[in-house]
Amino acid sequence: MAIDNETVKRVAFLSRLKIEDDKLEETKEEFNKILNWVEQLNEVNTDGVEPLISVNDSNLLLRHDEVTEGNQADAVLKNAPQAQYGYFTVPKVVE
Amino acid sequence: MSDLTKLTIAEAREGLKKKEFSSVELTKAYIEKMEANRKLNAFVLETPEIALAQAKISDEKYAKGTNGILEGIPLGIKDLFCTKGIRTTACSHILDGFEPQYESTVTGKLLEAGASILGKLNLDEFAMGGSNETSYYGPVINPHKAKDSDADLVAGGSSGGSAAAVAADMCAGATGTDTGGSIRQPAAFCGVTGIKPTYGRCSRYGIIAFASSLDQAGPIAKDVRDCAIMLNAMAGYDPKDSTSAKIAVPDFESFLGQNIKGLKVGIPAEYRPDGLNAEISKLWDDGIAKLKEQGAEIVDISLPHTKYALAAYYIIAPAEASSNLARYDGLRYGLRVPGEHLDNMYINSRTEGFGKEVKRRIMIGTYVLSAGYYDAYYLKAQKVRRLIREDFIKAFEKCDVILTPTAPVAAFPIGDKSMQENPINMWLNDVFTVSVNLAGLPGMSLPFGVNAQGLPLGLQLIGKAFDEGTIFKTASALMTEKK
Repeated sequence: MAIDNETVKRVAFLSRLKIEDDKLEETKEEFNKILNWVEQLNEVNTDGVEPLISVNDSNLLLRHDEVTEGNQADAVLKNAPQAQYGYFTVPKVVE
Repeated sequence: MSDLTKLTIAEAREGLKKKEFSSVELTKAYIEKMEANRKLNAFVLETPEIALAQAKISDEKYAKGTNGILEGIPLGIKDLFCTKGIRTTACSHILDGFEPQYESTVTGKLLEAGASILGKLNLDEFAMGGSNETSYYGPVINPHKAKDSDADLVAGGSSGGSAAAVAADMCAGATGTDTGGSIRQPAAFCGVTGIKPTYGRCSRYGIIAFASSLDQAGPIAKDVRDCAIMLNAMAGYDPKDSTSAKIAVPDFESFLGQNIKGLKVGIPAEYRPDGLNAEISKLWDDGIAKLKEQGAEIVDISLPHTKYALAAYYIIAPAEASSNLARYDGLRYGLRVPGEHLDNMYINSRTEGFGKEVKRRIMIGTYVLSAGYYDAYYLKAQKVRRLIREDFIKAFEKCDVILTPTAPVAAFPIGDKSMQENPINMWLNDVFTVSVNLAGLPGMSLPFGVNAQGLPLGLQLIGKAFDEGTIFKTASALMTEKK
């Protein structure tokens, strides 16, 4: 399944990454090399095999839906590159 | 006084208890070593004042007899563990200046046991790499050099700073994390000991996530006993990590020196492919012979899907990484590069903030999870993952523990051309370690010998899930009269 430049651009946008036009070809080639290599998995017969999502044998534990560590707004905002009035700030999204 | 930094944790602890030296003296010795070896680039942040303040408290505790199991022992912390108030970057530009407001469970437990933090250790950016060369802060230099060359060699990765710092006596022990071999491979390259415990044994809370179904924390230390001592402090159930296991933690140190008569040691045929490095093959045979001498029974086993582990890993790990790294958006922490609109701000911050290997993996992950390709790649890889795990379950019906080499090569020069040109060549270094993560099992690397160039080579022990005890027992037998 070889991919083209358009697909590389689309995947880059989905990843919120920018690839300069002069790097597109190189990125595509590298991508195809990697995809080619992982496609060796098609040699393995996996008919009737359940996908393994977690190696944990036990089910996840339930806990009560309650606040355990609340009132930490200052700590939450401490590392924000930009914050105002107790909120994270973003570029304007509505005119 | 002799060089205190040469002592193992067990020896240093004895000395502290007997008041032969104080924790402040021990800590000062390590700070000197840390500063003298800056050229190795093992530490990305030194915190001598914090370590000394902790050491003073430790000395008071020894005087009062209220000391913990790691009281006064100075450790290095991989910069992937969040440490409260101490800069934590995952060695990525995108986490510039990030100061966690909370402590990871594992470092919290080490501090509670009395250990002190000398500083934060270098790693591949977000733990993605096998040579520590993808770090934003530059590569770590291996303290070892080949006999007939002066070239700087890689320390391995991703826990390259941890392995190099322990090897150069810059800290008594270090934390590492292992997603596909990131504790074991650098330990092998630097001639030190490291264990990745069973998935779920240590809490992942506060460890910056790479691939959540594979990541696991563990110690890198000078010997098997020190690993046991550190793991005793690090392991245990944590309600803050839903994947941490509610299983009792045994005293790992108690397994050391136990008799291995009748122990069944599995040797997987698939780990000796045609063209396996002759010195590594020989090292493995020496390990087998040493266990046999002590009464272990050697059993031939097969792990038929070994060949496919790397390909499955390089779908599953990037898929999970692309999801985990979506949080770096320039909004809540770290680097923010302005953009006209919200999307531009995200794109500019991420494009400038992430390095090449991280971007590569985010994009592969995004692709294999995207509509139309999910079944062909991601689901397929998860099915193969189950087959790999079943291989181990079947093998462990015939044996108690498995012995293999840790890595197919010794440390290679920094900037190695074939690995820089083709990322797959770099990924192949994990060929013997990655299955263990996919299956969620414990694995340990032991510095069992050196090659003709004098470079360390490692052997790996793989255990059943939550049976690190048998690994420690076998490891101590393998390393008797060898230090």
